[in-house]
Parts: sequence; C-alpha cells; structure tokens
Amino acid sequence: MSASVLFDAPGPKARVRNTIYTVAGSAALVGGIVWVLLRLNEKGEFDPALWDIFNYAGIRQNILEALLATLKVFALAGVFSLAFAVLMCVARLSDHRPVRWFAVVFIDLFRSIPLLITIFALWVGILGTMSPFWALVVGLTIYNGCVQAEVLRAGINAVPKGQKEAAYAIGLRKYQVMTLVLFPQAIRSMLPTIISQLVVTLKDTSLGFMILYPELLHSARLIANNTPVNGVYPFVQTVAVFGAIYIGLCLVLSWLATWIEKRGRKAKSGITVASAKEPAASEVAPAPGAPVAADPLDETVVVDKAQDKDN
Amino acid sequence: MNVLLDNLSLFREGFIGTLELTGASALVAMVLGVIIAGFRVSPVPPLRIFGALWVTLLRNTPLTLLFLVAFFVVPKVLFPDLDSFLLAVCACGFYTSAFVAEAVRSGINTVPLGQAEAARSIGMTFTQTMSLVVLPQATRTVVPPLSSIFIALTKNTAIAGAFNNVDLFNVSKTLSNDGYDIAVIFLWITLAYLIVTYAINGLFRLLEHRLEVAR
Repeated sequence: MSASVLFDAPGPKARVRNTIYTVAGSAALVGGIVWVLLRLNEKGEFDPALWDIFNYAGIRQNILEALLATLKVFALAGVFSLAFAVLMCVARLSDHRPVRWFAVVFIDLFRSIPLLITIFALWVGILGTMSPFWALVVGLTIYNGCVQAEVLRAGINAVPKGQKEAAYAIGLRKYQVMTLVLFPQAIRSMLPTIISQLVVTLKDTSLGFMILYPELLHSARLIANNTPVNGVYPFVQTVAVFGAIYIGLCLVLSWLATWIEKRGRKAKSGITVASAKEPAASEVAPAPGAPVAADPLDETVVVDKAQDKDN
Repeated sequence: MNVLLDNLSLFREGFIGTLELTGASALVAMVLGVIIAGFRVSPVPPLRIFGALWVTLLRNTPLTLLFLVAFFVVPKVLFPDLDSFLLAVCACGFYTSAFVAEAVRSGINTVPLGQAEAARSIGMTFTQTMSLVVLPQATRTVVPPLSSIFIALTKNTAIAGAFNNVDLFNVSKTLSNDGYDIAVIFLWITLAYLIVTYAINGLFRLLEHRLEVAR
C-alpha cells in the first residue's frame, strides 16, 4: 500500500489546508535549523580557525589512521563473524541433540548480553589478557556471529523442503546437502539481511571507544581534546566531520543491501530474497515468504546462470 | 556468590538504573517513533522529507556517536544544564525512535487497502483515518518487532553506563576496578540482563495474545 492511499487527491479545500501545513511544517523545520545554527554561531562554532584544523596534515593523518583502524576491526570481525555464524548455524541444525542444545543456549545467551559488556569483560581479561583490538574483534565476532547464525538458519528453513529431499534422494551426503544445496540458496536469499547486519557490525565498532581502542570516535575525542583553538575545544567540528564519515560508510553498505534486494527480486532464480531490514535482535530473523517451488534441477541451472552474470 | 551479596545495594542500584533508562527511553522512542511514522505517510511533503531524513540519519549513526553529541555538543551549544540521565534518555530514545518509526510504518503498510479506502470514502480526514482506522489495526502487526526493538534498547542502555549513568555496565566497571573477578561479575550482570530481556519478551507475548483478533 502506498502512502497516497491514506489520503485523497486533494480538492480545493484540502489543497489550501495542505499548503498551510506545508508552509507551517517548513517554517517549523527551517526555524529549528536556524535556531541551532544561530546558537552555534553565537558560541563561535563557525569560526574558520576552528574548522581549519582539518587542513593540518597531522590531523588528516590521524583521521586516516583512525578510519583504517575502524575498517580493520570491521573487516576482521565481519569475516570471523560470518565464519562463526556458519559454524553456529550448522551446530543449531545438527542432528545431535547435545550439540543443538549447546548452540541454542549459546546463541540465546550472547544475543541478550549487551555487546559492550561482552567487550568490556574480554578486555578486562575474562579469557586472559587481551589487547583492545582483539577484545573488540572477538566481542563483535561472538555477538554478530550469533545473530548471523539465526539469519542463516531462517534462510535454510526457507529453502523448499523438496530441495533437501531431492539432494538426499540422489545420494548426497549430509555435508554435501548442506554445502551444495542448502547453504548456497540460504546465503543468496538472506544476503540483504546479512549485509544489513554487517552495517550493525560497522556501527558497533564504535564501542571500541569505551575500551580505548584508537578507532574513529576515540580519535575524534583525542583531536578535540588536543587541538584547542584560541582556548576553544573543537568538539562540534570533530563530531560533525567524524559523524559524516560514519554515516557515509553505513549508507554505502545499506545501499548495497537494498540494491542486492532489488536485484534479487528481479532475478528469476526462484529464490525469494529477504528484505534488507536489520534482523531483529532477539526474535528469530524474519524468514522470507514461501519461495516459489520450481523444478529443483531447473532451479540450480538458473542460479548458476545468474551467478555467471555476476562475474 | 560473595560478589553479589557483598555489593547487593550496588547491584540493585544498577539494575534499577538500567530499568529506569530503558523505561524512559522506551517512552520517548514510542512517542517520537509514532509521530515520525505519521510524518512519513502524511500528505505534507516537508514532513515526509523530515521523517525520511530522521530515520535514515539515525539508523546509520552509531549510538556511541549520538552519545558524544549528547554529552559534548548539546550542553556546550544548546542546553548547558541538563543532567546525564536526561541526556542519555534523549540519545537512546532518539536512536530507537527511528527503528520504532520504521516498524510502525511497515505495520501501516500491512493494513488492507480497503480499510483506508473505506475510511476515506465515508469522509474521514487523514488524521481520522490514521487514528481511528489504520493505527489500531497496525498495532497488531507492530507488536512483535517492537518487542525486539525494546530488547535491543535495553542492551543499548549499557552505553549510557559509560557516560556517568549508574546502570549495570557501570556497576560491572566499578566492581572490576575494585578488583573482583570479572568472570563472576559477568555472570551476575548477564543474569540481570536476562531477567530484563525475558520480562520484556514475556510482556510483549502477553500483549500479542491479548490483541489477537481473527481478521
């Protein structure tokens, strides 16, 4: 249902009313923004000298290093969490009851503990001494691995039952059914959700701030504290610059997720692609709607073709 | 066991702190979220743009950054004398409101087309259509995602503990500084969070059950 169903094509009266609302709404918005800008101006935050600090080579170097530090954690945590997620997902779907139960308890437990507390405990030394870098990576891996495992499980459960049955019928082994039939389809259908969770991973790298890992926010605070200009600490400026960097990074990833979702909708692979929404933090991730069961053999062929297009 | 018994009052304070932060932020997030969702489907373009901007910006900002804004920029520029609890509630509440707005909006989208059309055809205005027909029906589909949003909020309030608020994270930090074994602290803190998250989960299950109506 599009938004326009909620209201009529406006008649003369409604047009006038909408115009009034539009003007009033814009005025309120512009007024709010102007007020903030005026306050900022009043406090001298637009002083060019305060913004000039970003022209210093040293500060640019700091920003670059911090960005690299953030991306390094993100890359490692992203890869490790996906690997861990596959492991947990296999354990969760295992035929052996103890393994399955262990996975259920582990996933449930670490999804309900705040990531900050996990990271803090790792940093303080619950598993022996750990540098902030590894505390952050391990914490992110455990938490996001658990969430991604549930995402993958939802994807596997959404693969039509006939696929698995057919795979067993032609004599594939258990691990072959998983690796050749179930996982490829599950990953393909859950890719938008997986990437959205990666955005969460990226955002959560900022928790390194609390354990003194020199990532973006930490270096923002250092820069603000260490480069006073005429006795004013440039907090507003650094927050603006670093905020823009974060939002830019996350938006790029979010767009990628939405793009893949749209592309998957168009592809005629018979795999229903999940929405690019963030998976729910506690509930089981929403499974995509019942996929159209096509002829299994035919389907794999189509999938292969679609993948060829990628390369 | 001693860690808990020796510091029972500290743990209680932290537990109540987490509950207060969660409750207050949830209230802010609910009110703001519904308003923003209303903006996003309204016939007034600037409000729609504002809603879209609000959701996009807040969903793509790390909460820690919001806390930095709340604790270093807001007191300096806008309101100098806010206490840390209020600032933390604003940061958590605003952040969560973006997620609530999205949940409510997708809830609105699941209300059958005919409902809104019927409301309109008997002459209801946009506000009436929303408040009398669409939103009450959207509530049912919104409840399950809201449950996970509020559980995520509970966990996010831990960040407030790093910014001068007394909550469970703050307690674990204090105790760890006092030299207690982190493993034991971690165990009790985890238990406390499990209690809160399971309580929220149960509450929403109940709500879902009560709201269940055959359509």
